[in-house]
Amino acid sequence: MSAMSLLAAGDPLYQHGVTWIVFLIVAVKVLLGFGICLISVTLMIWFERKVISDMQARIGPNRAGPWGLAQTLADGIKLFFKEDLIPERSDRIVFKLAPFLSLVPALVIFAVIPVGGTITIAGYTTQLQVADPPIGILLAIAMSAIGVYGVMLAGWSSGSKYPLMSSVRASAQMISYEAALGMSVLTVVLISGSLSTRTMVDVQGGGPWHWNVIRLGVIPFVIFLIAGIAETNRPPFDVVEADSELVGGFHTEYSSIRFALFYLAEFLNTVTMSAIVVTLFFGGPSGYILPIPGGTIIFPVLWFLLKTVAFCYLFVWLRGALPRSRYDKLMDLGWRRLIPLSLGWMLLVAGFLVSVAWGIGMGIVIVVGGLVLSRAWELGSEREFTDSAVLPPVASRLIPPRLVRDQTDRGEGEDQ
Amino acid sequence: MVLATSMTIPDILVFVTGALMILVGAAGVIVAKNPVHSALCLVLTLFGVAVLFIEQQADFLAAVQVIVYAGAVVVMFLFVIMFLGVDRTEDVHDEPLMGQRPLAIGLVLVLVGSIVALGSEAKWSGGSHSVVGINQGPYQNVANLGKAIFTTYLFAFEITSALLVIAVVGAVVLARRSMITNAPRTDSLGNPLGATTDFEGADR
Repeated sequence: MSAMSLLAAGDPLYQHGVTWIVFLIVAVKVLLGFGICLISVTLMIWFERKVISDMQARIGPNRAGPWGLAQTLADGIKLFFKEDLIPERSDRIVFKLAPFLSLVPALVIFAVIPVGGTITIAGYTTQLQVADPPIGILLAIAMSAIGVYGVMLAGWSSGSKYPLMSSVRASAQMISYEAALGMSVLTVVLISGSLSTRTMVDVQGGGPWHWNVIRLGVIPFVIFLIAGIAETNRPPFDVVEADSELVGGFHTEYSSIRFALFYLAEFLNTVTMSAIVVTLFFGGPSGYILPIPGGTIIFPVLWFLLKTVAFCYLFVWLRGALPRSRYDKLMDLGWRRLIPLSLGWMLLVAGFLVSVAWGIGMGIVIVVGGLVLSRAWELGSEREFTDSAVLPPVASRLIPPRLVRDQTDRGEGEDQ
Repeated sequence: MVLATSMTIPDILVFVTGALMILVGAAGVIVAKNPVHSALCLVLTLFGVAVLFIEQQADFLAAVQVIVYAGAVVVMFLFVIMFLGVDRTEDVHDEPLMGQRPLAIGLVLVLVGSIVALGSEAKWSGGSHSVVGINQGPYQNVANLGKAIFTTYLFAFEITSALLVIAVVGAVVLARRSMITNAPRTDSLGNPLGATTDFEGADR
């Protein structure tokens, strides 16, 4: 199975060279993907508002359209016609660039997610996936790394205090959690033997007991979920836009269509993060297929949608259930819990993939390493950590007297 | 190695795009007055390099280029720029290091000369070609690279990672005071804490 999929990897569309029909199919796929992204964001915003209001015993949006479905559309049109303000003290170019740096990576990530099986149009067989590059999941990680720039530059270019604090928080938080995120993705890469998202999904195709969430033990999935929430700045890890501390966070100064772009990117990130969790750990589009005509095309898509919506619901649920984490607790969780845990688990998976003996050996290494680490924490926590424990920045240090004398009283200071 | 003669029109278009991104970005890094703009131009350059990597079928290198350099290193640059508040236009007419401009011109000439010399012999890389193998199947690239790093070049790889760890430990050591609790606590200049720290008091 895995050897076959390794040989047949890549989209079969390109097997016979690139003709204009192939080009047309790709263009249609890109446009469809874009459309699906925008529609899913509209629905996600509505879904989140409805679910949250149900949890809080409210009614939620119910005026525009049936069940308030058109509320997001109305909000979007309203934002579009609002005045576009640019603060006086802002850096104008970067201020205008930042929303796009947020939105474009979120859109590109969607391209590598396998939405369904294969489909044959006019003799051309193609995957239901915008692109299947050999680097697959690395593209998603790279794009989420670029997404940091959107948040960071938005805060900085606003030329205002709260957004700047938010952007410093954002860059620290997102970079910290990227390590744990990458390490848990690495376990999936190890067990699939490939970076391609399509191959990862194919390897998990044999039913729920083949899903990576079970094959890898639940730990990498939990780490990925927590890190994913932190990476998308969703509650309970939304310290970046904590409205009780930072007004509105990095997009405080944004209005009109630029604010709408940030809003779009944020919810699109939630949807794509759910889709990535499904792809990596829950078999993507795999699932039971009813023997009806066209079932092999329709059912994988339905399974994918069902799983993704389940995770979207989980994200909303977490927002409704948990209070916002304190910033230092958040960094503590990332650096002192998740990164060592994900590193250890990755070693364990790698060991057991080689042989049982290596796996047990890795287990011993992890236990010893964990003991050393916990002893180091113990020692570290006994240490008084005050202002005097850290040197002041170089610029505000006193210049050593000898140096000052050398610089100023040259020739006169010899009589000491 | 893709030779210039075997390049098709799409190849040339991709190459020109990547090269333009690199050159415009590199010029921007030097010309931009604001350090944040310089850092952003650097990101553009790094993206251009990633595009050229993909054009050479080194997909993995392209991804790592974006993740490590654009995603982590430059973000750290920006982080420091924001934290230290040096994001104002700097006056660089006062050269802190004398004679670095002529030196830079000289070094650039040496570099360009050596590239031309290498190019005239059509031998672009000094080491063995195709360490990672030709890109036959879509996955040969990454698998071969991994094998090469962890077998043939294991020592170099481990040395590099040890170097990084040493740098991190060194940074932590430099940033912390020595924590000898029995000795009287002193500040960074060796003066006892609580004593006057002005130059008169310190200058005994």
